[in-house]
Amino acid sequence: MISALLDNRRFRSWGGQVLLLGGFAALLAWLVSNTVANLHARGIRVGLDFLSRPANFPISESVLPYDPSDTFLWAYVAGLGNTLTISILAILLSTVLGLVVGLARRSKHPLTSGVAGVFVTTMRNMPLIVHLLFWYALATIALPAPRQAFNPLPGVFLSLRGFYIPSLQLDTAAVAFLCAMGGVLALFAYFRRRFARTWIGFAIAIVIAVALAAVIRPSFELDTPQMKGFNFTGGLRLSPEFAALMLGLVIYTSAFIGEIIRGGIDAVPLGQWEAGRAIGLSERHTLTKVVIPQALRIIIRPMTSQYLSTVKNTTLALAVGYPELGLVVGTVINQTGQAIESIALLLGIFLTISIAVSLFMNWYNARVALVEAR
Amino acid sequence: MTAIDMNPPIGHIESPGPPRPSRRSLIRLFFGDFAASCLTVLTAALLISMIPAVNWAVFDAVWTTDDPSACREGGACWAYIAAKFRFIIFGVYPPQEQWRPLLVMGLVLAMILASLSPRLWGTRLVYAWVVAVAAMLVLMWGGVFGMTAVSTSNWGGLPVTLLLALLSLGLGFPFAVFLALGRRSVLPVPRLLSVITIELVRGLPLVGLLFVASILLPLLLPAGWSIDKLGRTLAALTVFAAAYLAEVIRGGLQGVPAGQIEAARALGIPSWKAVWHIVLPQALQKVIPPLTNTAIVMVKNTSLVLIVGVFDMLSASRVAATDPAWPSPYVESYVFVAMIYFLICFGISNYARWLESRVQARSYR
Repeated sequence: MISALLDNRRFRSWGGQVLLLGGFAALLAWLVSNTVANLHARGIRVGLDFLSRPANFPISESVLPYDPSDTFLWAYVAGLGNTLTISILAILLSTVLGLVVGLARRSKHPLTSGVAGVFVTTMRNMPLIVHLLFWYALATIALPAPRQAFNPLPGVFLSLRGFYIPSLQLDTAAVAFLCAMGGVLALFAYFRRRFARTWIGFAIAIVIAVALAAVIRPSFELDTPQMKGFNFTGGLRLSPEFAALMLGLVIYTSAFIGEIIRGGIDAVPLGQWEAGRAIGLSERHTLTKVVIPQALRIIIRPMTSQYLSTVKNTTLALAVGYPELGLVVGTVINQTGQAIESIALLLGIFLTISIAVSLFMNWYNARVALVEAR
Repeated sequence: MTAIDMNPPIGHIESPGPPRPSRRSLIRLFFGDFAASCLTVLTAALLISMIPAVNWAVFDAVWTTDDPSACREGGACWAYIAAKFRFIIFGVYPPQEQWRPLLVMGLVLAMILASLSPRLWGTRLVYAWVVAVAAMLVLMWGGVFGMTAVSTSNWGGLPVTLLLALLSLGLGFPFAVFLALGRRSVLPVPRLLSVITIELVRGLPLVGLLFVASILLPLLLPAGWSIDKLGRTLAALTVFAAAYLAEVIRGGLQGVPAGQIEAARALGIPSWKAVWHIVLPQALQKVIPPLTNTAIVMVKNTSLVLIVGVFDMLSASRVAATDPAWPSPYVESYVFVAMIYFLICFGISNYARWLESRVQARSYR
């Protein structure tokens, strides 16, 4: 009877699954009971009420306005704001640089492809954290004091106190103007098929821009940093932490993105190029109308995972002391001892970002994917 | 003897030997058309802008000196690396015992050399690795065979980096196999558990996992259990490696034709035996080249342990640079460490390329 039961396929598979689930539940229960006992023994109270207390610690730089008298919750939001800012900036800049690197590697020019190849090989084979520490050391030790600041381009000053670059001062009218023009361009992009010629659309856009500018009079002022006393005033100051983080992250990521782009273009069969030429398309049209649309489909998947790992890699910023979410969480744990809640928050936020990005990229992937004949 | 006329007779046509590299084609390659000239100028400008860095690293550098103040001016201070070499490589391991970590690194190198040729791959090699890693740990710990005991808080430098990479990959691998099999299972419970575990770990930054291991793990375990910092870090790295390895192994499992398991079923082989003896060996053979990629990622990721205060090679180099006798040579420290990481990772990736070309050559036969 029992051996007959054991030989039954369905019984075995269901029995096994119940055992597995039970074991997993038992493991979880064991961990939770340990935690409860440990927390009780150490007198730690778990709860989220600390979030509304004042944080009382400074955050050295924040995109969102932050003050030590703000709450812990706002400290987390400020940290998250910094994380998202560096993520987006790093992704944008490294995509641009990566495109240059990838195309340079495909170049027929031996010098260009050689330099790009050496760049990719060296950058990819070193840990990101070494990149960050290297740039941070360079920015905080090797650079001169503000008075003798290194001046590579007009208006750009590199010194121990940070990098100073010219900034664009926009008044509200200018912001409104830029937003309106963005909207107009988006509309034209959406309705581009309606125009017989592209230049008609351009002409209309320019006419609208001139008319709009005449009405609301936007002001764009370039604010360049000036030496005043012991330091610079004006312009935009990038702290050494931010500069090192951006440099390291962008250089490291662009090497990976360059390889993804090169791989995507190389993966388009040679026959596609030849077919494009055979039907009389110019080299440029073969690339833009035949090869790139197909390469994009190949690139999307690896690019998504590269973007996601870039977002996750921003947590390494705590090695150079840039106050992103990870550093804020570490500080809060030191200040309050609320480790479980803080780490759960950190993990929860990163999981949300991961899931959101992959959902978006899946949607985009489904949009551009080839509908294959069945 | 009459002198032999070396000149060819008139009318003799010289055989066309290999074409000599012509100067004109090089010029045409670099300045043939507008685009090529632009690229040449741009790349040359980029290379010229590197000259100060080269001057710093080579021509103005101080290569040998016993006097730290000689490094105050000018270029890189490579003499500092020579002076701190032992510290960066071995960390705070007791100096008179440093032959042990040296032996450990020798063992790692010997085992890697022994595993290079696919001809030697097999269960025996796996056993040899287990024995070798056990020997490495005994050597590091000591306390037996007349070696003084060295606690893990005194381990440091390159051996820690190597051991963390090896152990996280080795310990993560069995878990990864089970996770991959679970994810491909037709049964809902193992599939769901595997998917959740893999996606959870892959969705999190390693720094987050290291936080969990160093701060939360002591809370999750019963009061009496204590795992030292190195062990907790290793646990985080192992979980991380397992999730990433599982995805690679899943790729290999997908590559095994369904006919294999159907054939096994037709022969009356029980399904777990079919998976263990027929599907897994074929899948694992397929994934060895992509696994080297994960190995590179893990070698690079061991450097993150610096964040939770484990004394690996990168931490050692950072601490070495704090010596006030030298003029804060952080940049030199990091360049040196980066070169060691580069040699390891570049070696692995070239090996992977060689393996892949071998696999391709075989499949075309």
